[in-house]
Amino acid sequence: MIGANQRFPPPGDVALVTMSTNLGRMTGYLGSYAVLGLLLLAGALVFVGAFGANRLLRPANPAEPAGKRVAYESGIDPVGGNWAQMQIRYYVYAFLYVLFAVESVFLFPWAVVFADPGYGAAVVAEMGIFVAVLALGIVYAWRKGVLTWS
Amino acid sequence: MSGADVLLLALGAVAVGAGALVVTTRHLVRAGLHLVVCLGAIAGLYLVLGAELVAWVQVLIYVGAVVILLLFAVMLTRAPIGPADDLDRAAWPAALVGAGSGLGLAALFVSAYGWRAVEVAEPGTAGLMGDRIFGSWVLPFEVVSVLLLAALIGAIVVSRPDIGAKDAKERAR
Repeated sequence: MIGANQRFPPPGDVALVTMSTNLGRMTGYLGSYAVLGLLLLAGALVFVGAFGANRLLRPANPAEPAGKRVAYESGIDPVGGNWAQMQIRYYVYAFLYVLFAVESVFLFPWAVVFADPGYGAAVVAEMGIFVAVLALGIVYAWRKGVLTWS
Repeated sequence: MSGADVLLLALGAVAVGAGALVVTTRHLVRAGLHLVVCLGAIAGLYLVLGAELVAWVQVLIYVGAVVILLLFAVMLTRAPIGPADDLDRAAWPAALVGAGSGLGLAALFVSAYGWRAVEVAEPGTAGLMGDRIFGSWVLPFEVVSVLLLAALIGAIVVSRPDIGAKDAKERAR
């Protein structure tokens, strides 16, 4: 979606152009997201329509046999609570994910500009240093055996 | 009132309502899920205000990663973690701090901009951000990588006490 806002709305689509004009001063920018919003709205309407039609058309005669609302595990009655304490190693994986998501955030602006005139090999080297410093973290985790599943 | 104003008001109402649910729900996991709605609405606010890259970063980092980290942290704490009465504490200090900082920020905002119209900046696209970062803010960008590395190693050392203990034993030898 990012950087693609020049392509929307498609030329000749009168309804979308009118809508984006109604969205005020930032016509091209907000208008491009109006297309996305309309798509999401249409998707939600399909969902609501399908389930609404299902509710209207189906016969409503639920049976209540004994044990219908009891949870089961593979056909056996459950033992204990449904919440268990997790191991800390899951948290380390989640944390690794956050860090590399933050790293990827900086890759997006870099990927857009690094080939433009005025940015040479220096900009590529700068991103290389950034990724290399973070790769040290992965090497550390690897050497300390955090990534192995014992 | 333009379409952008209506969108801002609606998204702001969603964000404030979801934020109120985050702090009033009795279920920690539901608080995390309400936080998804709240942060998503804030991402929508960024989008309407023209900060395109920041909006999608908000979705990727906060809605995607930070909420997952938060839910994992909740699941780490103890079992069971259903609705808990003994986790409650007096609400008035938090209400005081929240209301105070909210009013302070609102006063700061009004005194800075008043009620006059402010020129809308050009949309903060990825290209513009890349131009700024790699044009004039390269050193802070590289320092960010060191900060992330420190956070990563710190999280590993804190979460795995056996690593630090083993090193200490080797050093003592």
